[in-house]
Amino acid sequence: MADNATLPAASPEQRTAAIEMVLRRHGVLQDGFVDDFTHHADDAWVTANGANMVARAWTDPVFRARMLANGTAVAREMGFQFPEHHRHLVVLENTPDIHNVIVCTLCSCTAYTIIGAAPGWYKDLDYRARVVRESRTVLREMGLDLPASTEIRVWDTTADTRYMVLPLQPPATEGWPVDRLAKIVTQDAMIGASRLDEVKG
Amino acid sequence: MDSLHDLGGKQGFGRVSYPDTPYDETWEPVVRALSACALRNHIYNMDEMRHAIERMTPRHYMTAPYYERHLTAVATLLVEKGVVTRDELETLAGGGFPLAGPIGPGRLAAPPQSFAIGETVRVKNEHVPGHVRMPGYIRGKTGVVVGITPPYPFPDAAGHGMQASMEPTYDVRFRARDLWPDSCDDAMNHVGVFQSYLEKVAAA
Repeated sequence: MADNATLPAASPEQRTAAIEMVLRRHGVLQDGFVDDFTHHADDAWVTANGANMVARAWTDPVFRARMLANGTAVAREMGFQFPEHHRHLVVLENTPDIHNVIVCTLCSCTAYTIIGAAPGWYKDLDYRARVVRESRTVLREMGLDLPASTEIRVWDTTADTRYMVLPLQPPATEGWPVDRLAKIVTQDAMIGASRLDEVKG
Repeated sequence: MDSLHDLGGKQGFGRVSYPDTPYDETWEPVVRALSACALRNHIYNMDEMRHAIERMTPRHYMTAPYYERHLTAVATLLVEKGVVTRDELETLAGGGFPLAGPIGPGRLAAPPQSFAIGETVRVKNEHVPGHVRMPGYIRGKTGVVVGITPPYPFPDAAGHGMQASMEPTYDVRFRARDLWPDSCDDAMNHVGVFQSYLEKVAAA
């Protein structure tokens, strides 16, 4: 445990309860906030938000161009929210020759209201340390073996810009309606850890 | 500050545990909500929160689960902001409450300068004692500006509760082989770099 600890550390549950008491006593934590916040986070900040944006971009070239030019405006138009410190959403377009992948090496920044809460592996030390330097190797270990000709672009979320990847549409899904397409778009694909290649018609 | 949170490019790590193995810790969503509550009530800002995590002792940072890092940062800031004392916290918790290390000096933004899309720029060779959002792997390195964002508050000031002027960040593209010659996979590395971290490169 930390060098500056004076006593054996209380359990995380006990420490969490202590913080809850302090904020309540301070007058900022209202009854029901924790449950309301958690339900809102779980219900409203979901992968389906980004998936719907991707599906529309696949089917509507005008929408796609607007989304690539200003991801924030398009997300807001679709009713999605951003916390105050997510000031700008940039959508990164995969092509047959370019593959984008997102990381936050300094902490764990993610466009969580758009693609859903970051998965554990994204927040892990191994991913944060390695993907910037060994992108092709790390992606291969995660099951994405990119052709040598594919340029990899790694995006480190170091400022208040948030990123999402616009994956390539799987060829087998040409002609599908938007709502069916949205269901195949995964969070991993919007981070750039997979390419939806497994989706068959 | 040069602490272990600045992980980009560090070697010796292992395979990414992918996909996730599901688990359920009931205290973790509570920490997430409590941190949001304190943030929304302006007890601290997001940069102060990030900096409190960075100030955890390296040994604690590396071994703590993700939400324990948040828990430690929230507690540290509540003590530093005078909302509660450490003794009170430890009494309430019924045991020790490890906190992050002390905060050093922050700094204000550099005098404004601007860079254009396509311009070659260098990241200043700076070693900042406080909060900074420049990952160490680009320090002193040269890249090309490929994008400019709207202005954001300067984190090195905001992380210390100082007046943070707004400045753009530049999306700077580096080549992996310029960052880690002979020891990397070939790639383009894009980093959002605050204006104050950049300097002009004299024309060749």
